[in-house]
Amino acid sequence: MGTFHQDRHPLHGITVVVATSGGDGAPEVYVGRCDDIDAERVILLDADAHRDGDGGHSNDEWVRRAAEYGVWPRHPRVVLPRARVASVQPLGEVSATTPSS
Amino acid sequence: MPYSPLLVKPMRDELTASGVEELLTAEDVDRWMTEGSGTALLVVNSVCGCAAGMARPGVRAALDEGPRPDRVASVFAGQDLEATARARAHFPDIPPSSPSLALFKDGELVYFVPRHRIEGRSAEDLAADLVGAFRQHSGAASEVPA
Repeated sequence: MGTFHQDRHPLHGITVVVATSGGDGAPEVYVGRCDDIDAERVILLDADAHRDGDGGHSNDEWVRRAAEYGVWPRHPRVVLPRARVASVQPLGEVSATTPSS
Repeated sequence: MPYSPLLVKPMRDELTASGVEELLTAEDVDRWMTEGSGTALLVVNSVCGCAAGMARPGVRAALDEGPRPDRVASVFAGQDLEATARARAHFPDIPPSSPSLALFKDGELVYFVPRHRIEGRSAEDLAADLVGAFRQHSGAASEVPA
């Protein structure tokens, strides 16, 4: 479903939502353009992030807002350890009006 | 860094062949945004695969089916930097993405398709969405077929 780079993960080039465990803190969610996913890490480009509860918004609320128009590219490159990643989902599959899965 | 103009030319031509006006400078954008009322579609073109596979073919199909917006133009992200920045200044609350599509009515943004709503879809599905928006905002939706 991604773009024409056969050496990359199928989601290469696709804007994705990455839910993480958050480590010691609240769960974090990232939205960015998937560069690659391998056994060790998930790499996002032009990404933004949200920690559950920040600004009074849950992660679901923040993702639904992102699903409407996208996110500002606050982080040019984000590398997430695969062990922290709970799920990866194309943002285009998230409804802007109903809770994300 | 912009790609070679030679490489990008077919990506420009694909839209101009459908009557899309290219806006190459900030002045072009300002003129186009203020030159008339009615509906106006702005295509933020791009070199990426989803522009080639979905956005440009989807726009062409939607324009062929109609109702066609009164004016249709494009800026090329990553190529015509000044024009693209000026175009995005007309919808400053929306994060930049390319390709993307903005439909204006009487100068007001009424419909927007960001990149993530283009990725992974078919050109036909995108065209159907665009035709729906064209109909809604051109008033064609209220017309009852004879």
